[in-house]
Amino acid sequence: MAALESPLPGTPTAMRNAFGNVLSVLILVLIGVLAFSIRLFSVIKYESVIHEFDPYFNYRVTQFLSKNGIYEFWNWFDDRTWYPLGRVIGGTVYPGLTLTAGTIWWGLNSLNIPLSVETVCVFTAPVFSAFASWATYLLTKEVKGSGAGLAAAALLAMVPSYISRSVAGSYDNEAVAIFALIFTFYLYIKTLNTGSLFYATLNALAYFYMVCSWGGYTFIINLIPMHVLLCIVTGRYSPRLYIAYAPLVVLGTLLAALVPVVGFNAVLTSEHFASFLVSFFSIISQLFCYVFIIIHVVALVYYIKGILSPKMFKVAVTLVVSIGMVVCFIVVAILVALVASSPTGGWSGRSLSLLDPTYASKYIPIIASVSEHQPPTWPSYFMDINVLAFLVPAGIIACFSPLSDASSFVVLYIVMSVYFSGVMVRLMLVLAPAACIMSGIALSQAFDVFTGSIKYQLGASSNSTDDAEDNTSTNNAPKDDVSAGKTDKGEEIVKERSSKKGKKKEREPADKPSVKAKIKKKALVLPLEASIVALLLLIMLGAFYVIHCVWAAAEAYSAPSIVLTSQSRDGLHVFDDFRESYAWLSHNTDVDDKVASWWDYGYQTTAMANRTVIVDNNTWNNTHIATVGTAMSSPEKAAWEIFNSLDVKYVLVVFGGLIGYPSDDINKFLWMVRIGGGVFPHIKEADYLRDGQYRIDSEATPTMLNSLMYKLSYYRFVETDGKGYDRVRRTEIGKKHFKLTHFEEVFTSHHWMVRLYKLKPPRNRIRGKAKKLKSKTSSGLSSKSAKKNPWV
Amino acid sequence: MVKSTSKDAQDLFRSLRSAYSATPTNLKIIDLYVVFAVFTALIQVVYMALVGSFPFNSFLSGVLSCIGTAVLAVCLRIQVNKENKEFKCKRKTIKTKLGGFLWECGYV
Repeated sequence: MAALESPLPGTPTAMRNAFGNVLSVLILVLIGVLAFSIRLFSVIKYESVIHEFDPYFNYRVTQFLSKNGIYEFWNWFDDRTWYPLGRVIGGTVYPGLTLTAGTIWWGLNSLNIPLSVETVCVFTAPVFSAFASWATYLLTKEVKGSGAGLAAAALLAMVPSYISRSVAGSYDNEAVAIFALIFTFYLYIKTLNTGSLFYATLNALAYFYMVCSWGGYTFIINLIPMHVLLCIVTGRYSPRLYIAYAPLVVLGTLLAALVPVVGFNAVLTSEHFASFLVSFFSIISQLFCYVFIIIHVVALVYYIKGILSPKMFKVAVTLVVSIGMVVCFIVVAILVALVASSPTGGWSGRSLSLLDPTYASKYIPIIASVSEHQPPTWPSYFMDINVLAFLVPAGIIACFSPLSDASSFVVLYIVMSVYFSGVMVRLMLVLAPAACIMSGIALSQAFDVFTGSIKYQLGASSNSTDDAEDNTSTNNAPKDDVSAGKTDKGEEIVKERSSKKGKKKEREPADKPSVKAKIKKKALVLPLEASIVALLLLIMLGAFYVIHCVWAAAEAYSAPSIVLTSQSRDGLHVFDDFRESYAWLSHNTDVDDKVASWWDYGYQTTAMANRTVIVDNNTWNNTHIATVGTAMSSPEKAAWEIFNSLDVKYVLVVFGGLIGYPSDDINKFLWMVRIGGGVFPHIKEADYLRDGQYRIDSEATPTMLNSLMYKLSYYRFVETDGKGYDRVRRTEIGKKHFKLTHFEEVFTSHHWMVRLYKLKPPRNRIRGKAKKLKSKTSSGLSSKSAKKNPWV
Repeated sequence: MVKSTSKDAQDLFRSLRSAYSATPTNLKIIDLYVVFAVFTALIQVVYMALVGSFPFNSFLSGVLSCIGTAVLAVCLRIQVNKENKEFKCKRKTIKTKLGGFLWECGYV
């Protein structure tokens, strides 16, 4: 921030400040518009529709909320999913997103602007991304100044990683959660800088909003204590730190316990008194609470140090340390013994897989099967944060000169987020704001130096040359080495003492003498041509970034995945099979009919077809999913038995072989086998593999060719082209002509993408003695296989 | 050795007490309030240990709100302390402290 006093009105500096402020407000408005409009590609290319799978669930919940009001929503027990178990929606969903959209819808409708719930849901994400870029501006302004803030906000508005989760139509938790994350961090830094309790209270409220919105609030709850510890350890403890942290812990925990999903997890994993001491603070908030205790200790120490003489203080220290050591040792020994006795020490599967990336693939196939939980590849870094990837190191270095509490916080933030993004692709989203902040700082510093040099050189050429010589003394500052990737020149860039704002107007020849005196000690002024070339190169870098972001938004991240398109010689083909089949389901079946499919399609089926499903994307019950997986991998009769025991009437299968859609159920079949085999041992993966591969051609194993998934996918497929050529697997299928005995086909969509089958009712009677014997043996066999099925 | 350490300890306590009595009265009132709040929280923990933790949310809200007022009182003390050079205005902080306190009352 500028060290000048606030100028008298009417003076040139005041005018310049006012102009600067107006300009930055205008820029911020433009950034908001940019953030909003870059996310609208899918609405323009397709239509205003909700994308993917998870957003359909959120949309259905918002519909319920808007129809029935908040009390019904809070106590909602959903019986149309996870049949026959049902799901407690009120207690298992993060309400932030739906409550936000519901409030917006309610507000607009009471102003007599009749937007439908779907429109509000589709456009919530772009609106909140505009808010998120404004929050980034505020946060970076606290760290380095408003020039860096504007740069960071502009970068965040366009960064592809954030766009991918917040396009218009992607109505998911991250849309509002990222805004809440950045805003909470901003308020924390603001409290740290000003020490005002007002901001501390606001901080707790923003944290509450974050807890409501996303499971990623644990990131905040671990990062802030880590930063506090870092400050204490590096000797930067101050009363402001206490004010920033302690109220947040108490108020934040209190508020977090209000959210039903979090509930007592905020404080405790088990209520049994015997393990009270060990698990009183669940692993989610352990760091939170221990640092709470630590900061009190440190505060007390500083207080006592302040009121005692040094000799007495030394005595106090030795006394306390000796007693404390003994007590600590005992307590730690007890803790270690108790924690080691529980199998995983209280960590949940997903958090464990964050620390040990190979954990999930070994022990929990369901977590391993979600593609978002895989570690990212190198190209995905460049795709998602592009140019920022090499501006970030420059920003980190810029944060160290000078190192303040706020800049140490953003350095810690980026280091942690880089680590976690390396474990799970999905967490690249948390990296994006950190990368933007760092790059904004780096860019603004660079611009400062270059434009300063240009101005100085232009000014110096009109002054005497001696002054120019005086000021070109170099300063050995090894830490100011900038990575070569940023510009092609290898100059040293040194910080300048004058204001770091991007307001170039403030540096005029009138201030030159005082500025010169300050610069004399440390500055290096670059030659004019070099500065101009470097500026141009930086602008080109920005241009490349913008081009990449717009391309990524338009081509890569705007697909709604419920409608597919493909370009061919005849023009644009649109595949709307999903919605076609959900509409068929909702029009041609009874309201109470149950539909079984793989869990990916559960949310969409309940939202669009309005039918009860067996398993859906929430995947909270592994055994239930394994049952469906077993049914899909079993022969027809066994599968019929399983489905009949679940009251299923229809089976939905997604098949991409006719048009080449690669994410169909046959490609997902290996997960059905693995998950099913994980719970029911009679499904062995080796039975389905030939030479270690899943095959559906003539080399496939008999178990594979007899499985329900194969039969339901390829029934009558040979009629399409006479040979049964599967475009995804690129072979002809193995068993081409077969009849279904226990299922009948009721619907196949236009491009054969979705196929619906109905369970045939059991036969009334079996005629004849021979048939009776046969049926006896077959029923004996089936009862044997059915006996292994725990659902019969 | 033990004798010297015990003598040191006595010196320590004496100097602590003398230093503390030098603090201005308004700060001492705040300190008393903090002690009272922590004491209330401790009573609740002991009660819970004796009687059992059902219903847990009332225990949580009771303890946390007590600790919360303690923390906020400490913050107030930090801001009001004239020796603390970073803060100036006293009147503003009373308002903010009240604001936080009322929030907590709302959530109990």
